[in-house]
Amino acid sequence: MERIWEQLPRFFTAGNMGLLADAALHTLSMTFVGCLAGFVFAFVLVFLRQTPGMWAAPLRMVCILYVEVFRRIPFLVVIYLVLFFIQAVTTDASLFTIAVVAICIYAIAYTAEIVRGGIESVPLTQVEAARAMNFSRLQTLVMVVLPQAMPVIIPPAIAFAVSFIKDTALVSQIGVFELTFRGKELNNKGFSGILVFGTIAMSYFIISFPLSMLGQYLEKRLATPRGERRLRKIWIP
Amino acid sequence: MPHLAVNDVCAKYGSLEVLHGIGFEVDRGEVVSLVGPSGSGKSTVLRALVGLTPVTSGHVEVDGKKIDYGSSQAVKAARDRMAIVFQQYNLFQNMNVMRNVTLAPIKIKGRPKAQVEAKAIELLDLVGLSEKRDAYPDQLSGGQQQRVAIARALALEPEILLLDEVTSALDPELVNEVLDTIRRLAREGMTMILVSHEMSFVREVSSKVIFMDDGKVVESGPPAEIFDTPKSERARDFFGKILRH
Repeated sequence: MERIWEQLPRFFTAGNMGLLADAALHTLSMTFVGCLAGFVFAFVLVFLRQTPGMWAAPLRMVCILYVEVFRRIPFLVVIYLVLFFIQAVTTDASLFTIAVVAICIYAIAYTAEIVRGGIESVPLTQVEAARAMNFSRLQTLVMVVLPQAMPVIIPPAIAFAVSFIKDTALVSQIGVFELTFRGKELNNKGFSGILVFGTIAMSYFIISFPLSMLGQYLEKRLATPRGERRLRKIWIP
Repeated sequence: MPHLAVNDVCAKYGSLEVLHGIGFEVDRGEVVSLVGPSGSGKSTVLRALVGLTPVTSGHVEVDGKKIDYGSSQAVKAARDRMAIVFQQYNLFQNMNVMRNVTLAPIKIKGRPKAQVEAKAIELLDLVGLSEKRDAYPDQLSGGQQQRVAIARALALEPEILLLDEVTSALDPELVNEVLDTIRRLAREGMTMILVSHEMSFVREVSSKVIFMDDGKVVESGPPAEIFDTPKSERARDFFGKILRH
């Protein structure tokens, strides 16, 4: 304990804090890029997966296989696979780029299942009504299905992003200068592990807490369309 | 030449065949009703016509022109000429009444917005809901939603209107309004096929009644003939049960 007290002034220097802020920025940007790409490509994946017709069977298979495979491999293994694949092709790619690619691959697979669940929550009769009026598949998706699926998709998608902030710690294993990696570095410099990782833990909390608040806010907003007030609790005396 | 000819059409839901060779003709401006017990395939006939239930064999002709339901272009053409009103209305839950009615004519048929909106107001007036144009479907009663659904179908300016149990959700007062609407449409030359369990409505509005059972046409003819002197045992039995009271 005395060691922590004694180290405090040396630990909380502008230099160290700058290092941590930079690392937090790395963590945040990896998560942001990964989840954004995950969200966008998840829609593409789900749309392709629902292509009707015999000729599209291989396409559907590939989409299903992608989701099933990457949801069943530990994220750390995905990171190493991407690392060695990319390094086999080019030696120019930065570790940060490799980490972002791995994060995207992983995020797409998970978000795709969230998106599919949301889309399947919209009654088929809505799709039939649109198709009977000659809406194309894409028009039906964009104008009718997605606006109704979004309230179902957004809350779990944000929950995924929040928990994914923590999972990005695993890319420290390949040496990306994100929060956890910097923590190990400072620990190696002789700072108390409790002090260093306590601060790192706080940093993760500070990053993810506002996002989960946003998630909760959106969940409430989306559950009550058009600003309508709805009963949250029903009291029956 | 009949406006619509259905020839020996079979249709399947997955692996279950629900129509086993249906055939009938509808003349231009005629109102034809499909009646029969639940599960006899009445609604499926309408769904097959707009390509929602796959037609596995047989064919349909509109104005003597064959529609091949295997090609998406032909299905598009069929949907362009026929509009369906569903039993459960199926209004788009994420859009208000006005947008429900105007979306397809503007976005799909590419008609000018102002013209479509003027027409939509006219149609909503016709079904008695012009003051509800900004309401969302979940703010309307079932009967109101059904009338919006009829307005939405009419906004597409179809040649043939398919009505699937449209009066089943309406309060008795409003059945007459819909009846008047349908009569007016018939006078304007709209060909209509309706599925209904309301026999008095069917008798009044249709020129031909088709009695179906188990995915087949049992008999067809003018309403008086089908209701009062049915030839088949099955139809006698059915009407005997439902018309007695």
